[in-house]
Amino acid sequence: MVLNWKTGGLLLGLVFFAAVLLVKPIGVSTQFVIFDGIVADAVNPEFITQTDEGFTSTNAYMAKSSGKYAKSAADPLNYSFIFVLAMALGAFVSARLRGGIDAVERSAPAIWRENFGDTPMMRYAVAFLGGFIVLYGARLAGGCTSGHMMSGMMQTALSGYIFAAGAFAAAIPTAMLIYKRG
Amino acid sequence: MTSILLAIVIGAAFGAVLDRIGATNPNWIGGMLTLRRLHLMKTILLAIGVGSILMFGGQMIGLVDVGHMSVKAAYVGVFIGGLMLGAGWAASGYCPGTGVCAAASGRKDALFFIAGGLLGAAAYMATYPSWKASGLLDDLAGGKVTLGSVPGSSYDGLMSVSGDLLGIAIGAVFVLVAFVLPDSLVGGGETAEMPAE
Repeated sequence: MVLNWKTGGLLLGLVFFAAVLLVKPIGVSTQFVIFDGIVADAVNPEFITQTDEGFTSTNAYMAKSSGKYAKSAADPLNYSFIFVLAMALGAFVSARLRGGIDAVERSAPAIWRENFGDTPMMRYAVAFLGGFIVLYGARLAGGCTSGHMMSGMMQTALSGYIFAAGAFAAAIPTAMLIYKRG
Repeated sequence: MTSILLAIVIGAAFGAVLDRIGATNPNWIGGMLTLRRLHLMKTILLAIGVGSILMFGGQMIGLVDVGHMSVKAAYVGVFIGGLMLGAGWAASGYCPGTGVCAAASGRKDALFFIAGGLLGAAAYMATYPSWKASGLLDDLAGGKVTLGSVPGSSYDGLMSVSGDLLGIAIGAVFVLVAFVLPDSLVGGGETAEMPAE
């Protein structure tokens, strides 16, 4: 079961602290771009190219900030990308150790079934669409729940508060509209 | 190589903790965002507060390298993007990190979330020049700024007060709010079952 909020909050706070103590604040959503860049470059090797100063891309977003993203996609064995893979591994092991998730819950969570019945296909469609909006928004904002909200507010970054205000202003009414039960 | 090792250790710890606090579970996200079950909100507020106090305290005593801070720029697009993320987060029950963790923990719907996310990120990559040209990505209030002025950091402060002390004070407020916040703000929270695992 889920940890008591005091224990869970303390543990999560310690992970944030360990990250900034040893390396840098946690962030995730950039790695979706890096993954896209790796795929695009595999399909079309002209997508990312090496220059005298580093890397660049035919895509303006990949090429921005002196090709920072292009460089990461050209060399995925970097801290931030491995971090996200390790995060998945950590969640996998943790879920296994607590006995995993049952088959019904795996295709659609209880709160979905309570409101919309046993409609996994519709759930997949909403999850797909939700993912699209979440990542589009995260890239527009320059970060997500991890980088902006948690790491940002932890550092008292103005951008973190602006992001959190926007995220909750949309999330709370949306959740209340969609999930009336459960 | 050290940095890869750290990525594995810190990343795995982050993923495991997200799994154990319920952040990767759409039932808990839904409970939080409908204000029916604020347990996860209390967890997150406490975590931000603890992280803030330890980080700024650590910087004051020289334990934490101020250069490790990484402050993102503020611009109008941060708010618009936040609104979009919020809507998608509420509908799907996942955000980028927790979606990846949920898929790893066996949730099939989270795989669809990731696929949608990769397409959404690609769509942003394709439309980035129009956003850039719109001016909505231009810095607001100095861009990469913190609320107070953090000694030794490369970021400007909005206010001249000590950023370290302000950070600790704000961190304490987060902790306090975590304790004061009730378990539910909207009826039905306590009675709602949380089966499914």
